[in-house]
Amino acid sequence: MKFTPKIFLFLSALSFAASGVGAANEKAAAAPDSAPSTILIRNATILTVSHGTIDKGDILIKDGKIAAVGENLKAPGDAQVIDASGQFVTPGIIDCHSHIAVDGSVNEGSVSVSSMVNIADVLDSDDISIYRDLAGGVTTANILHGSANSIGGQTVVIKLRWGKPASRLPFEGALPGIKFALGENPKRSNFRTPGAPDRYPATRMGVEETIRAAFTEARDYKKSWDDYNQRVAAGEKNLIPPRRDLKLDPLVEVLEGKRYVHAHCYREDEILMLLRVAKEFGFHVQTLQHVLEGYKVADEIAAAGTGASTFSDWWAYKVEAYDAIPYNAALMTQRGIIVSINSDDAAEATHLNQEAAKSIRYGGMSHDDALKMVTLNPAIQLGIDKRVGTIDVGKDADLAIYNHDPLSAYAVVEKTLIDGRVYFDRAKDISDRAALEKEKKDLQEKLGKKPESEKKAGEKKTEEKKPEEKKPEDNPKPQAQLGDGGAR
Amino acid sequence: MIRLVKLLAISAGLLSLSFTAAAQTQPARDYAITHAKIFTLAGPPIEDGTVLIHDGKISAVGSGLTIPPSAQVIDAKGLQVYPGLFDAVTQMGLSEIGAVRATVDTTETGAFNPDVVAATAILPSSTHIPVTRAAGITEVIAAPASGGFDSGGETNLVGGQASAIHLAGWTIDDMVLNKHAAMVVDWPEIATRSFDFASFSLKEKPFAEAKKDYDKQISQLADYVEQARHYNQALQNAGSARFQRDVKLEAMSLVTRGEVPLLVFADNARQIRDAVDFCDKQKLKMILAGGAEAWKVKDILRSKSVPVILGPTTGAPPEEDDPYDRLLSQPEELRAAGVKVAFASFDNSFARRLGQQAANAVAHGLPYDEGLKGVTLYPAQMFGLDSQLGTIENGKIANLIVTNGDPLDVTTDVRYLFIKGQLTSTDNKQKDLYEKYKNRPKAAR
Repeated sequence: MKFTPKIFLFLSALSFAASGVGAANEKAAAAPDSAPSTILIRNATILTVSHGTIDKGDILIKDGKIAAVGENLKAPGDAQVIDASGQFVTPGIIDCHSHIAVDGSVNEGSVSVSSMVNIADVLDSDDISIYRDLAGGVTTANILHGSANSIGGQTVVIKLRWGKPASRLPFEGALPGIKFALGENPKRSNFRTPGAPDRYPATRMGVEETIRAAFTEARDYKKSWDDYNQRVAAGEKNLIPPRRDLKLDPLVEVLEGKRYVHAHCYREDEILMLLRVAKEFGFHVQTLQHVLEGYKVADEIAAAGTGASTFSDWWAYKVEAYDAIPYNAALMTQRGIIVSINSDDAAEATHLNQEAAKSIRYGGMSHDDALKMVTLNPAIQLGIDKRVGTIDVGKDADLAIYNHDPLSAYAVVEKTLIDGRVYFDRAKDISDRAALEKEKKDLQEKLGKKPESEKKAGEKKTEEKKPEEKKPEDNPKPQAQLGDGGAR
Repeated sequence: MIRLVKLLAISAGLLSLSFTAAAQTQPARDYAITHAKIFTLAGPPIEDGTVLIHDGKISAVGSGLTIPPSAQVIDAKGLQVYPGLFDAVTQMGLSEIGAVRATVDTTETGAFNPDVVAATAILPSSTHIPVTRAAGITEVIAAPASGGFDSGGETNLVGGQASAIHLAGWTIDDMVLNKHAAMVVDWPEIATRSFDFASFSLKEKPFAEAKKDYDKQISQLADYVEQARHYNQALQNAGSARFQRDVKLEAMSLVTRGEVPLLVFADNARQIRDAVDFCDKQKLKMILAGGAEAWKVKDILRSKSVPVILGPTTGAPPEEDDPYDRLLSQPEELRAAGVKVAFASFDNSFARRLGQQAANAVAHGLPYDEGLKGVTLYPAQMFGLDSQLGTIENGKIANLIVTNGDPLDVTTDVRYLFIKGQLTSTDNKQKDLYEKYKNRPKAAR
């Protein structure tokens, strides 16, 4: 097999169930529930993001929140002390574009407006990508529907609480979102399902009209409800309420500012198109996702108060990514846009700190601004910056502890904390491996199976091509003519 | 006459935009890079050192060297010099935009294509080349049928000949290091599940049946090698007699004669074991490419001296219950077991992540020098180019980079780059777009 792991991502548009083999083992290792409620992290270089760097500082955590940040803090008697000498603490990494923890396909690709479906309904707490991303310092992720439709499904922000049931993953109080998609993916330029008829829209013109038509409908629908509610409030009796429309309900929430729009886009023209449509209907585009040509229309994006969440250095995998430049994040930042670096891919998320660091080289971004792109800025974009994104008293104790300055390819995550609990501990992960291996072997023997070491290697091989393993999101790069959905 | 060349670095570089300056100008023959910390990879670093370049080659390395009057001087005070990076598997020049079939020339149809040669279809003016160069990569292996993001994903059993090229040149002849650097083989796999594009559905096959298909492909490959051997013999013996030539078998006999190694793409332990066994029995020189599960068969790789070109270390581990850092810790595990390890992007647009891949392995235990050699000297050795490239030593081709720091890390900038002894521009389309839009007047509200 000679593919980069990403090559099959595009297949993720297909619906197959993910298997949870082996996940239970690592999950048991995390055992976060027994964590003490008071933790003192000592002697660390603390990159607060909000108020500079503390060279040798402490962080006191109580009941899941940051209780104090400073030097020489006193540990209460019951506190667990984490000696972080020589280590670097940052706010937990926030990934503004992820497809982990989704059971099956991320795309309901059959229609051009799929706002009735909700990613929150198919969260899979057993997805090993949760643990792996946690091991990359990620504490919060924006879980998006795919990009097969001009208006896609509803999205949800999660915390990577590995080991908790799916019901405990959503970030409490975070505003839900909806995925929009512009350009090649919704117009199906790189995908064709054999036997399936062509689907409207097939042009960027049609993408605009799909969105306009949906919001025209949503506006009328909203008006019928507003009228109804008004009349009820005025005391009218025996009124028949308007018929509920599950497709339009989320769009009404968008119009009312109760649901964020996260819009997948690439080209400058389509970016401006969406900003115009949003203005026409009076809604706000919270973030532009990917937005690889954002640097061309940065002033316009900034004027709209819209955030941009982009890749570090991806380009050329399709025509609309051909003018992508690694300076995009820096240029957009210079023009006043709140910019984040996202992953769109489970493996990419494990090194978002490195991806953010690239803007130091490409565009001369400062160290602090670069770190913001994977902490505070995505928090702002997701409307959760009062809770996470910086190391400040009162915020959730969502932290990543690195052995090295995180804006480098040499930084390794030692611990990741969410809500003041250690959800990932590298030392423990490593020390638990032998026991897990033995447990697995014993189980295999019990089941009458040969242990992994004696197994015929080829048996597992084919699983690499199972689409569900690459569920994160569909990458139309190589086999783009055939894939069914696509995010990038 | 000693001249400072800061301006020339911008204007005279090969493939730079300043055609007026470059087009009619004969390039300089001599350069001196002075006051640099030089990482020769052939000995300890040299502080405040000088590299002299003459006629495309490194002519002297050391401290306190006399600078010839003809040399253009690059004062590299505070900077560091390294051999240029070598990306050991790419589809460079063979693919422009992965999603656009018309721009992709990586993979022929049919199972056996030993006669197709990457160098034939490499586009010297590909946008990818200067972009990749800007990351300090001076030479690559362009491999046909190598899968990957940028190649359309298709493969063949015998994919064709990979070519070693410099990442600069007006024509492919300027660029070629070795047209016939390796023969690409995509090792078959036991596919009990496969995605059928014709019906757009997942197809399942019993293991026994899939295994039969696998064995059949391997025996086809064995037959093919055998045929090439016989063909070669017949050709030797035929003399001037009439002889029906076969271009494919003729190309394959490059391998059976031991002139060209097999570059075998395989990730899983069984594939690797079988491939090593096959090459051992057939007495073929093998380089393993991919190797996600190479750690499982490290002893076999060591005992048969098969070097490994690893795919991206930051990818997802192959199995769900692999340790999360399986690919990151593997390079050191292989090295400690005595296996030679190089790194490659297996890609074009991500080629510039080459150094990052090595640095991540270093972060997980690989000694730094081994990481650096894994993207310089070791790939050169694997493809038999180490007498020409891979270290900074007298007589080697002057493919060098001058950086402001560690070339493996993500924040380091390449200040000067030499290919074949020529100061070569690091400008590219992306930098041009950056400059253009950085200077966009503020939009009217």
